[in-house]
Amino acid sequence: MPQKFKTHQGFGPAGRHSLSRSLFTTEPRTLAILYLYLGLLAVTIGTLLSLAIRIHRTWPAWSFPFYGVPRPEDYLALVTMHGTLMIFYVLTVVPQSAFPNLVLPAQIGATRMSFPRLNAAAFWITLASLLVLLAAFFVPQGAPISGWTSYPPLSGLAAAGPGQGAGMDFWLVAITLFCFASILSSINFLATIFARRASGLTFGRLPLTVWSWLVSSALTIIAFSVLLAAAAMLLADRHCGTSFFLPSGLVLNGIPQPAGTGSPMLWLHLFWFFGHPEVYIVVLPGMGLASSILANFTRRPVPAYGLMVASTLLIGFLGLGVWGHHIFVSGMNPYAGTAFGLTTMAIALPSSAEILTWLVMLFRGRLRITTPALFILGFLSFFIAGGLTGPILAQPALDAYLHNTFFVVAHFHLVMAMAGVFSIFAGIYYWYPLLTGRRMSETLGHIHFWISLIAAYGTFFPMHFAGLAGEPRHYAQLAGPVTSFANLIPVERGITWSAFLLAAAQIVFIVNVFLSARPASRLGAQAGANPWQATTLEWSPTAHLTISNGPYQYGAAAGRKDDFLPQWASKNPV
Amino acid sequence: MDWLPPNGALHGIALDRLLNINLALVFWIFVAAQILLVLALVWRPRASAKPSRTLLILDYAALAAFAGLYLWMLVSGHRLWAARRESASPSNAVKVEVTGVQFQWYFRYPGPDGQYGRTAPTLVSAPAGNPLGLDPTDPRSRDDIVSAILVLPAGQPVDLTLRAQDVIHGFFIPGMRLKQDAIPGRPGHLQFTPIATGDYPILCSQVCGLGHARMQSRLRVVSPPDYNRWLATREKIVEANAP
Repeated sequence: MPQKFKTHQGFGPAGRHSLSRSLFTTEPRTLAILYLYLGLLAVTIGTLLSLAIRIHRTWPAWSFPFYGVPRPEDYLALVTMHGTLMIFYVLTVVPQSAFPNLVLPAQIGATRMSFPRLNAAAFWITLASLLVLLAAFFVPQGAPISGWTSYPPLSGLAAAGPGQGAGMDFWLVAITLFCFASILSSINFLATIFARRASGLTFGRLPLTVWSWLVSSALTIIAFSVLLAAAAMLLADRHCGTSFFLPSGLVLNGIPQPAGTGSPMLWLHLFWFFGHPEVYIVVLPGMGLASSILANFTRRPVPAYGLMVASTLLIGFLGLGVWGHHIFVSGMNPYAGTAFGLTTMAIALPSSAEILTWLVMLFRGRLRITTPALFILGFLSFFIAGGLTGPILAQPALDAYLHNTFFVVAHFHLVMAMAGVFSIFAGIYYWYPLLTGRRMSETLGHIHFWISLIAAYGTFFPMHFAGLAGEPRHYAQLAGPVTSFANLIPVERGITWSAFLLAAAQIVFIVNVFLSARPASRLGAQAGANPWQATTLEWSPTAHLTISNGPYQYGAAAGRKDDFLPQWASKNPV
Repeated sequence: MDWLPPNGALHGIALDRLLNINLALVFWIFVAAQILLVLALVWRPRASAKPSRTLLILDYAALAAFAGLYLWMLVSGHRLWAARRESASPSNAVKVEVTGVQFQWYFRYPGPDGQYGRTAPTLVSAPAGNPLGLDPTDPRSRDDIVSAILVLPAGQPVDLTLRAQDVIHGFFIPGMRLKQDAIPGRPGHLQFTPIATGDYPILCSQVCGLGHARMQSRLRVVSPPDYNRWLATREKIVEANAP
């Protein structure tokens, strides 16, 4: 189909936008592209930081060109900034901001967002937030060193370490801005889902991606509000003489600190009340996408749609009550440990229900092996690999050994980071035709997938063993004054080389993204209006006011000669 | 599995057993799931157009099995946790106070009077040999022993009080399967019974500043007679230095 297609919103394939048009745009697809570029910038920096982390751990004496040998505080700053960039500006921004702007209005047949200006403002605040965060590298004493969790008093007192002065302030301002932006955009998504669905698009006909965004947006409003408050309180502790998080009797570097009336425990609870729902904010959109993509590429409906919706809602609900499993070892009441262990085991059930249903879907129809399908298989693989260690860590007795070791680093890099990133890749390969009218190169996509899959396992799987050996996180060097994890150095070296390979594989992706858009590059292919023969409304060529079909009417469920019945098709086409 | 460092604690025997069973279980489930994923790529029979009920029944059956697995994990893990955490330590427990300071662990023994003396933040001075700020005017503090390593007798229950002076530190003895945060302003307790003599590294497991990785000390588990001799020697030093 040679002619350019247009969607009913009139956001055609992304052309060249003038600067002023981009600056003041409220067009969701343009905002999606801006968010994707922001995510690309953050993931590039975050990846380079992680490589610096790996290099220093493996070859501690190696002097970085133009810098020198990293000091211990440099290492901790790298870890802090790597975590912050990846969790907020990549794993949250892309699935929870870029993707909904890209397809959410279309998937519900909305002609516009409910609050377009709020939605646009959220992007610019997010960008400001990222710039403030990156500026922390350039202030006196550099970026903060207290990790992405920023526990006080380390984060509450400027004298507690290098980077805890101006660097920490920049971090807190960046997080405050980020929270604000996330809440704004989520209010818009929720309002849009509730108020602007096309007629006939009942909740029972919503694609599972929309259900995911419904739940993750609600979680965002709840969780980020709490983090916003916590960050503001910590800023007040640092500059306004309050002591929400600072107790009395502190002695720092031999100097008694002003008496306080607070407790660091308050931060632990507030932070993780945000921190755990955040994991689901990151991964729920990927879970919805997995259902949609598996239905599409096996040409079969989602078999237990009601179960999937219920699981999504239950994960969101239970996700608000499991935060205590991050602080089993904080010395909290042992009965609280038991209670949080119980809620955490409970949340494993809806997650398992979704995974088992995806596995069933794989065998109900013959899988079309395309790049988006492969990346969803990769998402599943990592979600299972990382998810399975969850119930181990949910047992406070076992967590008391594994907490803050590399076992946990392996767990969350698999279940959140790799699963999250692979679902992002699946989304980009899948929705690329919406933006460019073209499909990305399948050959490069397959190469990108297989190298990334193997390298990601090579990077994160061995970390389980380092963790079992007792190696804690945030250690700049493996050899300490009393103990030495020197016997782990071969494992660490393998991890580092795998990480290099993993990073290098992304060059294939970048080439694919930028060259496949151009017909002259001979990469990729012309896409046509509905290249994946999908049923959901983002592929509809025209606006449709009345929807009468479910989201996944593939195969026999289509009830006609074609093996799919799009949501925009009329009910009885035969 | 010998990935774990050698265990020297009484509770560690059951903990290691449970951890190894858990690891073995999830490892084989992991392998089975990955085989299914690969199978979806390579084994590709022509699927019938009619939806199969068998697969859905399998789906729910597997879900029920997982529910059973999680329930077992919850109960077995809870029993281990409750056994260690939900009772006070016995009265004959050896009492030691652990204090985390950037970037050092200090261990205070109450001395013959069995009581810790008063401390004050204003008296803290590591260069003057008083890193914990012991108040010399308090008679209970005169016999307190402050050590840079933790020495404990084998076979006797121990009750540690965890404190932190400046920021949160993580008290971690991998060989004793022990980990708990030392939180400023909020003393915590940790009980265990070392059973195997030897030296065990003590680490910091909560990022606490630029010296986090070198904040390490040593636990030395010795026989009870050796422990009493060590205490007596340290007591003499304390007496000799008394004002």
